[in-house]
Amino acid sequence: MSVPAVTRATRASRIATVVAALGLVVLMLAPWWAGRADMRLMGEIYLYLSLACLWNLMAGYAGLVSVGQQAYVGFGGYMLFALTVFGGLHPIAAIVAAGGLAAAVSVPVATLIFRLKGAYFAIGTWVVAEVFRLSFAQVSALGGGSGSSLPVGIVRSLSSSRSGREALSYWLALGAAVLVIGTVYLFLRSRRGLALTAIRDSEAAASGLGIDIWRTKLEVYVVTSALTAIIGGLIFLQKLRISPDAAFSVNDWTAFVIFIVVIGGIGTLEGPIIGTLVFFAIRETLADFGTTYLMILGAVAIVVMLKAPKGIWGLIRDRIDLELFPLGYRVHQEGGEGGTLK
Amino acid sequence: MIEWVNALVQGILLGGLYALFAAGLSLIFGVMRLVNIAHGDLIVLAAYIGLSTTMILGVHPFIALLIVMPVMATIGYALQRGLLNHALGDDILPPLLVTFGLSVIIQNALLEGYSADPQKLNGGAIETASISLGGLAVGILPLLTFAIAVAVIAVLQWVFYSTGLGRGFRAVSDNQEIAQLMGLNKAHVFGLAMALALGVTAIAGILLGVRTSFDPAIGGGRLIFGFEAVIIGGLGSLWGTLAGGVILGVAQTLGAKIDPGWQLLAGHVAFLVVLALRPNGLFPRVEH
Repeated sequence: MSVPAVTRATRASRIATVVAALGLVVLMLAPWWAGRADMRLMGEIYLYLSLACLWNLMAGYAGLVSVGQQAYVGFGGYMLFALTVFGGLHPIAAIVAAGGLAAAVSVPVATLIFRLKGAYFAIGTWVVAEVFRLSFAQVSALGGGSGSSLPVGIVRSLSSSRSGREALSYWLALGAAVLVIGTVYLFLRSRRGLALTAIRDSEAAASGLGIDIWRTKLEVYVVTSALTAIIGGLIFLQKLRISPDAAFSVNDWTAFVIFIVVIGGIGTLEGPIIGTLVFFAIRETLADFGTTYLMILGAVAIVVMLKAPKGIWGLIRDRIDLELFPLGYRVHQEGGEGGTLK
Repeated sequence: MIEWVNALVQGILLGGLYALFAAGLSLIFGVMRLVNIAHGDLIVLAAYIGLSTTMILGVHPFIALLIVMPVMATIGYALQRGLLNHALGDDILPPLLVTFGLSVIIQNALLEGYSADPQKLNGGAIETASISLGGLAVGILPLLTFAIAVAVIAVLQWVFYSTGLGRGFRAVSDNQEIAQLMGLNKAHVFGLAMALALGVTAIAGILLGVRTSFDPAIGGGRLIFGFEAVIIGGLGSLWGTLAGGVILGVAQTLGAKIDPGWQLLAGHVAFLVVLALRPNGLFPRVEH
């Protein structure tokens, strides 16, 4: 009788790590091989990927379905403008500070809206986003309802040349995506991640095992809010212009993100990555159709939700036992097949 | 002083419209625990169907209701049986995301069909008519809207508690499996509930369109007003929903009185204050 071995990594996950590392190096070198427009598009993809991973952590793992994440995207964007223009901070410092401020703001917000359950929580988050939008629209120093542009001096402080700025903003977006995916991955592999998975599977059972559900959800909410604000700051560092309607747009920062996660596969780490690639492929081919493209996207999301609720990645996993991010534990009996504990 | 009283009266009357936004939402949640994210867009859809009806037939928007209500009710029944029933279950995610997708589809379909230009339903003389009440000029239209809201809620209350249909609603709400065993067809009862809710939504949409201009993008805002009225009033209480609408309306008009930019903000703040102090709403009802 041999002792079974417990592992987390699989051959597929080791291959995926190597491929991802090589891919990352190639992507880091993009300023030397990609054109200006391609780099812009890739930067946008990284930022959407980050938003999707964060929304997925909340909805897919913590059961906090929010339709109000635009609150923190816009907050991050506005903090970038406020802290650079009035605080004299360097843009990158301002974006990091925006993350800290968002974490601080998210605690009282959470104590209020955590009183709402399920779908009511979702609409509650939307109300909070509206409060943020209307409040920032009242601040005339930041352009009020019509918004403002980032002063030239601050833009120059990033880099004196245009290509230098473009490369920097590209690297920041790439770095943010790596930071977000890494944070979410490590979070889910930790004890907290285990608690979160337990809560997702059964709140009553998790609570019986001594998990503080409220606190665990709060931690996820605060971490997600801070990182979402950082992404928001980067988004508006690319755009260089902000207005309340653009900063707190439910379509841009929440609807698209939800579609990405649902289509890719909610509750998995691989899902948002696949979803982002599919979303941008659809967008780049159908964007000329304007409203029709959004209707198609909505319809695809509905069909996926009803027919394949685990998304594209779920369909793949139903056929082959594949895990690129090793979150579960596998038990190997010598000479026998390995089983998976998810 | 009289200006503040005026703002208060206008707010109360505005609350009637918000209660109408909320009534359908409250009804659907009460019967099938579904929160319909597309509710606001369905209100706007009703206003646009009203617009087309008045233009094609050349009738007054209120007469158009005779067409808009059955059309919306049919849409509701079809939507429930064809789509939403498949999303209902123990998991809250599918109904939420399906209605969210629906919201995006309706919004963009309206954009495609009617463009982004603001539209308005022409109510004629009633829009500007007013009566004098103790030194206050009160508009006939807001007064009528409030009276309709009270009547609609009274009718819903009656349907819910005094008819066979309402008994069916309450039965599936209490326990779906046992209701099925007693010979109720759950899918059909849910369809009827959605038909009734969208019938009310038709009234809300027409009154909204006569009162202010509308465009395809305003659905989300109407959903939020309705939702706030429901939560302020307390889940599951129809008269509480009317009270919630009134509180929201008063907060908005008083906020606007202080500074026009604060109108919407004041309403949201009132909602958050109620949520902080009375998380179950002001008139919570033990689940029937």
